[in-house]
Amino acid sequence: MKEISELNLPDDIHYAEDHEWARWEDETIKIGIDDYAQDQLGDIVFVDLPQPGSRFEKGEEFGTVESVKAVSELYIPLSGEIVAINKDLEDSPELVNHDPYEDGWMIEIKPDDPREYEQLMDKRTYLEMLKGLE
Amino acid sequence: MRYFPHTAGDVESMLSVVGRHSLDELFSSIPPSCRLEDKLDLPDPMTEWELNDHMNALAAANTTSENGKLFIGAGSYDHFIPASVAALSGRSEFVTSYTPYQPEISQGTLQAIYEYQTLTARLLGLETANASMYDGASALAEGMLMALRLSKKRTIALSRLIHPHCQGVVRTYLAPTDCTIVELPCGTDGRTDLSPLKGRTDIAAVAVQSPNFFGVIEDLETIVGTAKGINALTVASFTEALAYGLLQPPGYFGADIACGEGQSMGIPRIFGGPALGMFASRMEYVRNMPGRLVGVTSDREGARGFVLTLSTREQHIRREKATSNICTNNSLCALIAAIYMASLGGTGLRRLAQLNRDKSEYLKSGLLSRGFRSVFTGQTFNEFVLEAPAGFSRTYRKLLERKIVAGLRMDRYYPDLKNHYLFCATERHSKADMDALLEEVNA
Amino acid sequence: MTEIAGTTGLILNEPLLWEKGKEGREGYSMPRRDVPVVPLDFGAAESSPDIPDLSEIDVVRHYTRLSQWNFGVDTGMYPLGSCTMKYNPKTNERQASLEGFAGAHPLVPEHLNQGILRLLFELQGYLCEITGMDAATLQPAAGAQGELTGMLVIHAYYAAKGERRSKIIVPDTAHGTNPASAALCGFKAAPVASSADGLLTAEAVAALMDEETAGIMVTNPNTLGFFETNLPEIAEVVHAKGGVVYCDGANMNAVMGIVKMGRIGADIMHLNLHKTFSTPHGGGGPGAGPICVKAYLAPYLPEPRIIHDHGEYRLSEDFPQSIGRIHSFMGNVGVMIKAYSYIRTMGAEYLKRASELAVLNANYLKERLKGAYHLAYDRPCMHECVFSDRYQAVRKIKALDIAKALMDFGFHPPTIYFPLVVPGALMVEPTETESKEDIDRLISAFLAIAEQAEENPEQLLESPRKTKVRRLDETQAARKPCLAG
Repeated sequence: MKEISELNLPDDIHYAEDHEWARWEDETIKIGIDDYAQDQLGDIVFVDLPQPGSRFEKGEEFGTVESVKAVSELYIPLSGEIVAINKDLEDSPELVNHDPYEDGWMIEIKPDDPREYEQLMDKRTYLEMLKGLE
Repeated sequence: MRYFPHTAGDVESMLSVVGRHSLDELFSSIPPSCRLEDKLDLPDPMTEWELNDHMNALAAANTTSENGKLFIGAGSYDHFIPASVAALSGRSEFVTSYTPYQPEISQGTLQAIYEYQTLTARLLGLETANASMYDGASALAEGMLMALRLSKKRTIALSRLIHPHCQGVVRTYLAPTDCTIVELPCGTDGRTDLSPLKGRTDIAAVAVQSPNFFGVIEDLETIVGTAKGINALTVASFTEALAYGLLQPPGYFGADIACGEGQSMGIPRIFGGPALGMFASRMEYVRNMPGRLVGVTSDREGARGFVLTLSTREQHIRREKATSNICTNNSLCALIAAIYMASLGGTGLRRLAQLNRDKSEYLKSGLLSRGFRSVFTGQTFNEFVLEAPAGFSRTYRKLLERKIVAGLRMDRYYPDLKNHYLFCATERHSKADMDALLEEVNA
Repeated sequence: MTEIAGTTGLILNEPLLWEKGKEGREGYSMPRRDVPVVPLDFGAAESSPDIPDLSEIDVVRHYTRLSQWNFGVDTGMYPLGSCTMKYNPKTNERQASLEGFAGAHPLVPEHLNQGILRLLFELQGYLCEITGMDAATLQPAAGAQGELTGMLVIHAYYAAKGERRSKIIVPDTAHGTNPASAALCGFKAAPVASSADGLLTAEAVAALMDEETAGIMVTNPNTLGFFETNLPEIAEVVHAKGGVVYCDGANMNAVMGIVKMGRIGADIMHLNLHKTFSTPHGGGGPGAGPICVKAYLAPYLPEPRIIHDHGEYRLSEDFPQSIGRIHSFMGNVGVMIKAYSYIRTMGAEYLKRASELAVLNANYLKERLKGAYHLAYDRPCMHECVFSDRYQAVRKIKALDIAKALMDFGFHPPTIYFPLVVPGALMVEPTETESKEDIDRLISAFLAIAEQAEENPEQLLESPRKTKVRRLDETQAARKPCLAG
């Protein structure tokens, strides 16, 4: 497993306590899991995502991600409506391991309250939190 | 005691390593108030000789086709089991191993189960099958739970012609839930009457059994079509798996789940268990399927090998969110079924199934010519229901005294079918056996 | 160290069944046709099922070779924690295969099957005596189904009282089946942590127990291998709020004839006949998971139940409060015959001795290994003990690597990564049927692996080397599932 110093944590996105990330894309927000989470999970074999059109409140479970021997719930970091999901993960769940921030994104939402984005952690705060977990 | 390898010296030296003076002292962490003071009240130990005599006597006090004649099936069938099937499935390496969690030293069980899954999927005409379940009843109950998960609806339709015990287990499993059950009655042809489904949109799944409890072959094509029309899944169950040596399989008609009892595939009746829950479905539903699964992979040198897979659906990982109550399969029974199917081959299964049909048709026509009355018009496989002529119940009781079981009384299960009997004949019933029964009935 | 048991032999390859079949072969003696053909004119398929035709010798070689790729208790020591892989006596197999049992049909009138009904009735009695309970059902086909049956009984008990309870307390050391079985009956698992010494406390349970809570599911001895000494006090807390104490009897092998759970507060308990009572595991089943209950829960047990009156045994469905059926017929009777045969062979005296020797073997192994492997809790254990990979993890050697390395020494690995409360757990259960010499060999193998982890860790990552296949790629199997050929 990676040391904290080895993690790839981009500056231009925000992070949630459960290791999801969120990034603005014009009007919508893309969401996935970060390098720390994918590294902890190991080889991901399946990602279960919701139907576009469904709605979730901040902190609700929106799907699951599975490795060979573990299932982890995915919690939505902002309330909103799902406008798109990453269909490529159906056949290639390994994208989450190889490229968690680009090809391995999971859902795209239309946020109810854009201010919720600002309440998420920036890279510096998130790194502090991770150090606390060690 | 021959099962304990410890000599007195061994016990002494091991105790000294542990720092205890006696075996009793090993339990000093248990509060004295919890300890049993008296001895268990159990019969004294028997030698192997004594045990054999005792068990022989208990065994002799039962009725089998060796000391009697049983013309009943009803979920437990009398089929011939080749010596090779018993010898192979009895091999220690299969019998005394655990669930194959360590695949490198369990490839025998794993390949055998992978083959079983394949043969089961082919027999039932579906894409994928699990590593087996406890019995036909729990397979059906799990099939209904799976359909409820897939459809997100809360009502199921259950044919009254499913084996009553299997219906019972489904009801037991669903009792603590908020799901409701719609009962589908029997039509005049002895097949399920689908009319209660008309106009309903709340049905998650339509469950039928074919051949059904009356032995009648259901019209799966119409059932699947009707279910599709109301956006419900079709769960096709069975208690006589051998029928699919001859019948079009459920998958051929588009059934979503096929599940039932595989005891016919080389497993002794042994008072109803252990048996074999067979379970097959479509690949698209595999992550909602209950039970263990074996899949193909390769080792680090590229050699083909088999592992338990998709285990994240199971209890030891998903705990309260598991897809089923099953954490083991009936592996050894699945192995027996695979050996049996391999011994017969597709050609043999078809020939044997046809022979079963022919035997029961012979018995049926004999009974019909002796005052029995046909009640259902539907075609049957190796079982059938007839209404007995007046006075037969006395003959039935007299035959029982000689360990001849001339059918199963149906009023126990269907109070409206007074004086109706369910008969079964398989390849184990010779023409002479059946002629002898017909003679008795005549008298 | 003496000669290592694990060696290589001539392992033969064997293709898949359908890679070797050829149409026209047969491996079955088709009965003589003595009746005319009556074709089906409805529902028949045009052709045979797509199953390969093989000759008898094809089938015999196929499965004999497959069997040789397996490791079983008859092959060698199988110290798989929580699974009680003891010797499965051959006489049990003989008894269960007697035609008078094997050929018995479950639906013929009871007076024609008195032998088997008597056996089942007596077995229920023995199990009640061993657990200190009042009534039993043999129907559940496995431990998990026993748990489900137990939860259904509890659910029915509250329903009869007009109560609905929504939670059940489950310790963090529990088997995963516990919360799963509870969930099927609508009980949400309320987790309770064990204390620093690996035990449940009455205080922790009291903090969770209320009138919304159906009770507690407790495994005793627990999965860390310790006797739950506070069970009587815990039971008092649960009973005071009208709750039920469910005891998971998976580890009963430690305390036969030593503790009756029914006397120390348990109301309902399942047993695993395939663990404690020596019936074989069969590569994953069939097992049997009977449950025993206190008298006040007996009305809810599954139907039919075996009644003994006027010298005759019969099946009764006259229990209006019963949860109904849980099995097609009476459960895994074949397994029950073997367990019965075991209990009659052992009697009270040897059952107790079995528990004593199982506990002796586990404590001996624990003492001898505790320097080389991190012991999760250093206290006297019952029939199993839990180590972890903490010392070896420093060299990047994990529980999995230790397990795989043991195979090359000729041992089945212990249970790994369970219980979840011990990271990198190695759960070892030697059972009473292993000799001191064999346990010493296992200890030597463990010690050799610990040494290798210090000196040559990369070597361990290569194990196993002597098995039919090397480490298998489970990720590939799960990403692109291929479940049928």
